[in-house]
Amino acid sequence: MRSPEGPVRSETLILRRAQDERRVEGLAPRRRTVTMTPDARAALARAGFSRRDFLKTSGALIVGFSAAGAAQRIGLAQRGGGARGPQVDARQLDSWIAIATDGSVTAYTGKCELGQGISTAQLQLVAEELSVPIARVKLIQCDTSIAPDQGTTSGSQSTPTNFNERNLAQAGATAREALVRLASERLGAPVNQLAAADGVITVKGDASKRVSYGELVGGKKFSIPLSTTAKRKPASEWTVLGKPVGRVDMPAMATGQFEFVHNVRVPGMLHGRVVRPPAVGATLVSVDESSVRGLPGLVKVVVKKNFVGVVAEKPWQAIQAANRLKATWTPGVGLPSHRDFYDYLRKQKPSRDTFVVSSKDVDEKLAQAKEVLKATYLHPYQMHGSIGSSCAVADVQGDKATIWSPTQSAHPTRSGSALLLGLPVENVRVIFTRGSGCYGINGADTVSYDAALLSQAVGKPVRVQLSRRDEMAWENYGVAFVIDQRVGIDANGTIVAWDYEGWSPTLGGRPGYDRPGNVITGQLAGFEPAAFTPRTPAPDPGGAFDNGGNTAPSYVTGCVGGKCGGTGTVRSERVLSHTVKSHFFTGPLRSPSRLQNTFAHECFMDEVASRVKVDPVEYRLRHLSDARLSHVVREAAKAARWEARPSPRPDVRRTGIAGGRGISCVLYEGDNGYAAMVAEVDVDQATGRVRVKRIVVAQDCGPISNPDGMRNQLEGGALQGMSRALGEEVTWDDQKVTSIDWRTYHSLPLGFEVPAVESVLVNRTDVEATGSGETSITIVAAAIGNAIFDATGARIRQVPFTPERVKAALDARIGSSALL
Amino acid sequence: MAVTMATISLTVNGRSHALNVDPDTPLLYVLSDDLELRGPKFGCGLGQCGACTVIVRGRAVRSCVTPVGTLNRADITTLEGLGTSERPHPIQQAFIDEQAAQCGFCLSGVILTAKAFLDQNPRATDPQIQQAMSTVLCRCFAHTRMLRAIKRYAQEKA
Repeated sequence: MRSPEGPVRSETLILRRAQDERRVEGLAPRRRTVTMTPDARAALARAGFSRRDFLKTSGALIVGFSAAGAAQRIGLAQRGGGARGPQVDARQLDSWIAIATDGSVTAYTGKCELGQGISTAQLQLVAEELSVPIARVKLIQCDTSIAPDQGTTSGSQSTPTNFNERNLAQAGATAREALVRLASERLGAPVNQLAAADGVITVKGDASKRVSYGELVGGKKFSIPLSTTAKRKPASEWTVLGKPVGRVDMPAMATGQFEFVHNVRVPGMLHGRVVRPPAVGATLVSVDESSVRGLPGLVKVVVKKNFVGVVAEKPWQAIQAANRLKATWTPGVGLPSHRDFYDYLRKQKPSRDTFVVSSKDVDEKLAQAKEVLKATYLHPYQMHGSIGSSCAVADVQGDKATIWSPTQSAHPTRSGSALLLGLPVENVRVIFTRGSGCYGINGADTVSYDAALLSQAVGKPVRVQLSRRDEMAWENYGVAFVIDQRVGIDANGTIVAWDYEGWSPTLGGRPGYDRPGNVITGQLAGFEPAAFTPRTPAPDPGGAFDNGGNTAPSYVTGCVGGKCGGTGTVRSERVLSHTVKSHFFTGPLRSPSRLQNTFAHECFMDEVASRVKVDPVEYRLRHLSDARLSHVVREAAKAARWEARPSPRPDVRRTGIAGGRGISCVLYEGDNGYAAMVAEVDVDQATGRVRVKRIVVAQDCGPISNPDGMRNQLEGGALQGMSRALGEEVTWDDQKVTSIDWRTYHSLPLGFEVPAVESVLVNRTDVEATGSGETSITIVAAAIGNAIFDATGARIRQVPFTPERVKAALDARIGSSALL
Repeated sequence: MAVTMATISLTVNGRSHALNVDPDTPLLYVLSDDLELRGPKFGCGLGQCGACTVIVRGRAVRSCVTPVGTLNRADITTLEGLGTSERPHPIQQAFIDEQAAQCGFCLSGVILTAKAFLDQNPRATDPQIQQAMSTVLCRCFAHTRMLRAIKRYAQEKA
């Protein structure tokens, strides 16, 4: 049983790089605009809040953070909120680190464990900086009442955010320096004569002069701000960080003792079930409550605008009631033909157009080129498809709410839930509790809203776990893409111009602090998704080159405003993207947009290399200017024993099993992890079936916190990417999504012929840490596609590479000039 | 719309329970809600992913599609019935040693399916193990580590 008691500190500040914000959502840099819907304003008014108060206390004003501004916000929040506990001020050491009388350490973080291993890595970080055994450190993650607001755990940003010179790392270093200073006073020895180990500070050369952390500060506050000058321990002195420490949660997970949010039980808890519309865009006409009257255990039928759900005493009773409830809906809005969807996408108006880079000479250079190559790449909507359908528990009683949620965004979910429930934000507490792996915004946020709405309606705690269909049919999908690529090559076979034009659909996304309508529950309850703002033509790229969406290929110079931020040598460059409206909710899915773009870039690069008959590794290196990216390409090729020669292989046959290899690479998000991959495949040319035999991935993400954790991420990313490349695609009919279970959405099971995955880790301790959760997945589809081409001479330009699609491409080779 | 309740006797992880329950209720709900066990998980409710797996009479059973009424007096083992964090079962130890998970939600299905199969087929070949695991999903794709852990357990048994 759980109770929401315990230390409560409310109101938090936001201390994040503004840059983190753009990471979250994907494509292009996006300034945070706060426009509220009428529903949102009404909800705030009901709660006695003005929009201005809401923005101030919900932390939406993160742009232009200053100490003075922060102090002002605290003051306002205190006046607005009445009697509440002390503040979580992210500038104060005590907000991050606490040391008990027994010397045990508690660390507070706003970056939460999603299965990626970040909790173990953060424990390593704190143990290292404080020189205590890892077993003596406890981590409190993403509880809005006691942990600092670090926004969303996403975008491979947890390591950069907490492991470089900021936030948790800075807190650890500040605490160590403070402890040493205190010990110096206590022991009467200069700071440089002291050494810390195992939670004890001793005078060097005289072990009898010692004092423990518990004796120095145990149970008391540090009451000092985070130091801006505290020095991190150099990597050369690391004893815990950088080591392959086993996941601290592994034994409990392997023995079924781990508490997921699905296992949270609170006294008096009821069970809810939602009833979603039968078609996209259908709205509620009526609900016939008599259809479920008298059902055992039924507590209530809940209707709020288009949100419908039932609450019962037991989960099976709630399921029965939801299945029997007669609800009448309008027809849906109708969906575009799935078969012709990519043509539809390309023609959609209006669109929001963005230049990532434009040298304004591309047409001219293409006209002058010896040859122009072009190709179009297609990528479907894909889903997060979490293994466990999403679950949350909410306890909304009166004007207070506690939500146990697996969200990646505890503080934003707190604000969004406050809007949804019409409660003051400080009366809502979100306690992050682990869910099933999410890989981006799965159903975690929406089910948290479901539980909150149902709990509010009955005034008792309610647990909701979505059905498989509700999870899959209504989640925020990773977006589809149509990408046109063109390059010009000169007489030497060198690329002289690169032209990219892409189309992708959008609707909703992460709710953030003020957009509950960005997911299905919020929209059904009457909140609007973020407005779509068309913009044509695209303005000239401003500011600095920003390749956060990997919209630009690795091979261009990325010159904006006179500065070049790209990793390549091609000076004539144009990258134009069009965002259009989606019928389905969309949102970040592991490597959002980066994966789709990189599939197109890295396959097309291979096509060009093949056209000029140059080895694909050599051709890449010839067009790269970045030493670290070039290095991982060489490392991957070396580890794979890459045979240098052009693709396709010289002895391609049209029948039988054909083997080949392909390479791909990326600098993730333009600055967040270097990776290269070699894939080796066999293609059964009779069936079109692709078997991936081996994957070699090389990665440089700066200093490595935990090499085994990093390998786990690289391996999982490689195989998840393989599943997405070979089988995953969201489908629909004219009214509704038809990918609603594991028979209609194809994930590779544990029993497929799993390739060997070899990881080459490049450890650089002299640079800043970057992420490694989304690198390998970004380059799999291209590596496999290039290997299929190498093996067979057939180019597959559409994900997923189903046997039918591969077979069609193989059959299309007849008479093709690509086949030597 | 009356539901006929029935008294069902179950032995779960060595403990006897008598439950007054709608016999159509899938076993999973009885285990996770009435008995508050954490091992078996709701993944799909359709018997497609394996997350709800338990062992009944030596065989892996998908508890999300098995009415509890069909299991009267059955002896059921869940993931927490194998071992504890302090004293894990050898197959659980193999998963810990190989660090064979990411989010860990699928482990009930992965470990119990593998255990039931290997206990009945101690000399299984790699392709046979693969076949046995062909309807179990892990969406974090910790496959390479999981298959290593399963093979480690198989070798220790052999």
